[in-house]
Amino acid sequence: MKKLINDPADVVPEALRGMAAAHPELRVDHENRVVFRGDAPVRGKVGLVSGGGSGHEPMHAGFVGTGMLDAACAGEVFTSPVPDQVAAATQGVDGGAGVLHIVKNYTGDVMNFEMAAELAAAESDTEVVAVVVDDDVAVQNSLYTAGRRGVGVTVLLEKLAGAAAEEGRPLAEVAEIARRVNATGRSMGMALTSCTVPAAGRPTFDLPDDEMEIGIGIHGEPGRRRVPLAPAREVAEMLVEPVLSDLDMTGGDGVIAFVNGMGGTPLLELYLMYAEVVAVLEKAGVGVARNLVGSYMTSLDMAGCSVTLLRADDELLRLWDAPVRTPALRWGA
Amino acid sequence: MTVVDAAGLTAWVHEFTRLVHEQRDALTQLDAAIGDADHGANLDRGTAAAVAALEAQAPEEPAAVLKTVATTLIKTVGGASGPLYGTFFLRAAGALDGDDGAAFATAVRAGYEGVVARGKAERGDKTMLDALGPACDALDEALGAGKPLDEALRLAADAAAQGRDATVPMVARKGRASYLGERSAGHQDPGATSATLLVEAAATALAGRG
Repeated sequence: MKKLINDPADVVPEALRGMAAAHPELRVDHENRVVFRGDAPVRGKVGLVSGGGSGHEPMHAGFVGTGMLDAACAGEVFTSPVPDQVAAATQGVDGGAGVLHIVKNYTGDVMNFEMAAELAAAESDTEVVAVVVDDDVAVQNSLYTAGRRGVGVTVLLEKLAGAAAEEGRPLAEVAEIARRVNATGRSMGMALTSCTVPAAGRPTFDLPDDEMEIGIGIHGEPGRRRVPLAPAREVAEMLVEPVLSDLDMTGGDGVIAFVNGMGGTPLLELYLMYAEVVAVLEKAGVGVARNLVGSYMTSLDMAGCSVTLLRADDELLRLWDAPVRTPALRWGA
Repeated sequence: MTVVDAAGLTAWVHEFTRLVHEQRDALTQLDAAIGDADHGANLDRGTAAAVAALEAQAPEEPAAVLKTVATTLIKTVGGASGPLYGTFFLRAAGALDGDDGAAFATAVRAGYEGVVARGKAERGDKTMLDALGPACDALDEALGAGKPLDEALRLAADAAAQGRDATVPMVARKGRASYLGERSAGHQDPGATSATLLVEAAATALAGRG
């Protein structure tokens, strides 16, 4: 393992120290490992709390700021935060208009956020609504799985719900927008290499040079199937087609198309992939209204990418264009 | 005879902690095959914190020992195993009424049922329940047949190990391994493996107590 670390056990707290130093506009609670907007709680505004395991940077702490999240809880690498962290974040962003929990659908995340909401209900009168993100078409949503995983749509949802909260919309409406985004967005990912969890010290799985994994998540877990390495053109088809066959994206106002890097893939390849994705969409008669290209939801040093498509409408496009000022996403502000 | 006192339960937690630390890398490797390669590290961190909390607080009441372990695991482990093991000890603490083998068995079963409720899983889903469930059954059956607690716990540990081994061919239906579908078959479940250590630890720590 070659990593820029000191002790594998200290990776998360030491990274948070660097984040605090780099972004004085944020406030970092090092004891609870929560990153807050500097001005939280914002009086009268719905507070948005997300969080999850570390190793997906810039998600989630990189999305804390005006127009997006109010707080992000950092768990250990690939391990959901604990209820106390989420409870501290919830208290810290409650400006009197309630708090939205944005939870990616993983067994641990869902249970820890649930326990935190139970704590909040028992110890305060903060109103908490949770929205669970489950957009990964690689997993069949059935009784026989933990349900689809929360992946790329999480980034878009945090931006869109964040913009709605910033407009002063009430909790029920912000939650409704979040649910609508989750219902109309889907993702599919692939890996060229595994990733190495610092505490494990070796790649999570072996992947020969001439093979790739299709249908991966964001935790270095192997995908649905392993296939021979193929040109980007074919990879784009393998990712876009399952998304389109799961959810009709034709007609309407087009889509927000998001090509996300898994951490170890250069932007050069991501732009190349984006061009291939656009070509596949054109052939399918799907227009692209907005796009996002870059590594926003990573899996440590994994090479690979995911494609997320979100069916757009006037309101979602307006919220997308609204100002955002966070370490990882900023425009219009 | 008092078998389930604070000292006995503390010894159980110490032995579980020792086994988890010893098996840390093996648990992580099992998790790397069908999960996300953190089970050993997370449980090792959590159980070490539980031992430290017990040493700092030295609770005198047996139920308080279990509750201290529960809250520490919930605070420190994260992931799915934090809430699940935390809920196991929390429910066991709430159900512990008495100091004999039967009281211990009742507490352990309450813990098991708590895990069922929190995780919304059942036996056969390739989870820790596949070890804990058979262990509870074996414990109840042996105590019901009049066997002493230490013999009953030995039988429970054997049942847990058999349940753990039976997870190998299963296709996972809960947790992260379920994302793999059929590819999860052929691997031993890390949760059932650590749950077997929990029962093993009880058999070792409470041996000779009646």
